[in-house]
Amino acid sequence: MEKTLFEKIWDKHVVKQIEDGPSVVYIDKHFIHEVTSPQAFSGIEKRGIQLFRPKQIVATADHNVPTMQQELPIKDALSKFQVDTLIENCKKHGVELYGLGHKYQGIVHVIGPELGITQPGMTIVCGDSHTSTHGAFGSIAFGIGTSEVEMVFAAQCIMQTKPKVMRINIDGALKNGVVSKDIILYIIAQISASGATGYFVEYAGSAIRALSMEARMTICNMSIEMGARGGMIAPDQTTFDYIKGRLFAPQAADWDHKLAEWSQLYTDADAKFDVEINIKAEDIDPMITYGTNPGMGLSVRGTLPTIESFTDATEKQNYEKALAYMGLTAGQSLLGMPVQNVFIGSCTNSRIEDFRLVASIIKGKQKDPNIKTLVVPGSQEVAKQIKAEGLDKIFAAAGVEIRQAGCSACLGMNEDKIPAGEYCISTSNRNFEGRQGAGARTLLASPLTAAAALLTGKITDIRDILN
Amino acid sequence: MQSLQKITSRFIPLRIENVDTDQIIPARFLKATTKDGFGKNLFRDWRYENDDETKPKADFVLNQQQYSGAILVAAKNFGCGSSREHAAWSIQDYGFKVVVSSFFADIFKNNALNNGVLPVTVSDAFLQQIFAQGAEETLSVDLEAQTITIDATGAEERFDINAYKKTCILNGYDDIDYLLNMKPEIEAFEKK
Repeated sequence: MEKTLFEKIWDKHVVKQIEDGPSVVYIDKHFIHEVTSPQAFSGIEKRGIQLFRPKQIVATADHNVPTMQQELPIKDALSKFQVDTLIENCKKHGVELYGLGHKYQGIVHVIGPELGITQPGMTIVCGDSHTSTHGAFGSIAFGIGTSEVEMVFAAQCIMQTKPKVMRINIDGALKNGVVSKDIILYIIAQISASGATGYFVEYAGSAIRALSMEARMTICNMSIEMGARGGMIAPDQTTFDYIKGRLFAPQAADWDHKLAEWSQLYTDADAKFDVEINIKAEDIDPMITYGTNPGMGLSVRGTLPTIESFTDATEKQNYEKALAYMGLTAGQSLLGMPVQNVFIGSCTNSRIEDFRLVASIIKGKQKDPNIKTLVVPGSQEVAKQIKAEGLDKIFAAAGVEIRQAGCSACLGMNEDKIPAGEYCISTSNRNFEGRQGAGARTLLASPLTAAAALLTGKITDIRDILN
Repeated sequence: MQSLQKITSRFIPLRIENVDTDQIIPARFLKATTKDGFGKNLFRDWRYENDDETKPKADFVLNQQQYSGAILVAAKNFGCGSSREHAAWSIQDYGFKVVVSSFFADIFKNNALNNGVLPVTVSDAFLQQIFAQGAEETLSVDLEAQTITIDATGAEERFDINAYKKTCILNGYDDIDYLLNMKPEIEAFEKK
């Protein structure tokens, strides 16, 4: 039978199909971090059982960690306790930990791919909704809750109902100044923050094939922002070239064997999707969000919807609520509006290519004096590479400080927060109320659009700088 | 896990769409290492002015005296965003046993089920009928029959839940017991 990429991997991992119930799915790799794992460890201990396959788990500390002076003890007592609990749990249960101070530490969805742990054909879970990032390698990867983390600890399996499958084809060439972040913001704006709920999404088409692995990760990362269970892209030469030679990549004969296996990971020509969406790459402009969910996005040159365009009373009321929170007016344009903060980082856009993109724009220039910045690499390895390429000097010359690796202002669990009422152009993934700090107003955009705002102090079409 | 069979209760109407888990429980409260005590921070930033418990926001439904009960009724796409199970823990700890919406985000739905909080998906029309009821009216949810009823009008709708999860919630079983019993099958699968 003709199968989709998703079905090929899913079917291979189903241990048992419960009648009129979920499937029991085997998990190849399990990433954990300090925030969603402690209750799962105590659950296991309460049951008096051992971790079933501790060698298939990799841990890091990312959500809570400070991004300055990481060599010093964490100041926030609760954060420190949570990070210490992770250290203790990993030691007790034999789990590999790339914790604070370790050369491989970083955001869980940055380090997995970077170390070659993430590979095609795998099932990957983590107690974090942005686990969908790993789908860029042609794996089934998705976020789970803490009860499910405990399930994987106990039996290396979870219970899941098989999702429906959706394919989004993006064909053609991207316009100048448009990058993968704009593609995914465009898709979410088209289908809404709940448009893919219940589905696993495969991204395909010539515009996707032309992207680097890091750009593909940005797209898969935000699949959850339209409600999708996960997102994935069939592996190809770009994927194999990225993985080859990485720390945990298959070596020698094993590599050839794996490569043969991975080359079979594609959607068969006649396989059926429950939904298929076609997008022309040339329709996509640099994007920015204006509201309080990632579906509320538009071209940086666009205008906000009018109140009259909403017919449903609840939807209208929700739009007005979002406008009030954001301090914006229906029908207005965002171009030229002053912003006070720029955040470059998060599991969406904190990889070396993101830093190269920003550096290419700010090189030899000064940041706007009114802009406050939080620029945070995704991992120690990314930070090292920034230095190796001399990008740190470009940022320093522009008056921008580069911090240490962590989730930072994406969710403001550490000190890195945006002040109430201020705007922040953010390369992260969520513009929810209070996400970056109580009262903070988040505008999601690409690293290029963030770089443009760094220089001008306002919402700017990057093409005005490029041209 | 607590079991749940039937419940008749007043409900709290939350007429907001796309309620994300950052609103249900803001990230700053995720630093705990236990599952207890999240209820007091449920919808924290919608409930209080400037994070101050002495200043409840009068326009937020949890602060309105006339509303009470163990059933939360919310507009569509409830629980979107982060996978934090703390959202389900805070809803449960506050005292809710059932959440009703016309559409739930996937991860939240699983998290709720795994804690014995029953997500009940109803049609848009039925949701509007519930919202039209007064604060003193009650809803009845019968898991065995898979029905939700507006007691004042007798309007009833059937809801979906798979047979496996239904058995779990009716009896308070959890998935881990099931998986632990499957160990031999899982080991055999690994050898394939």
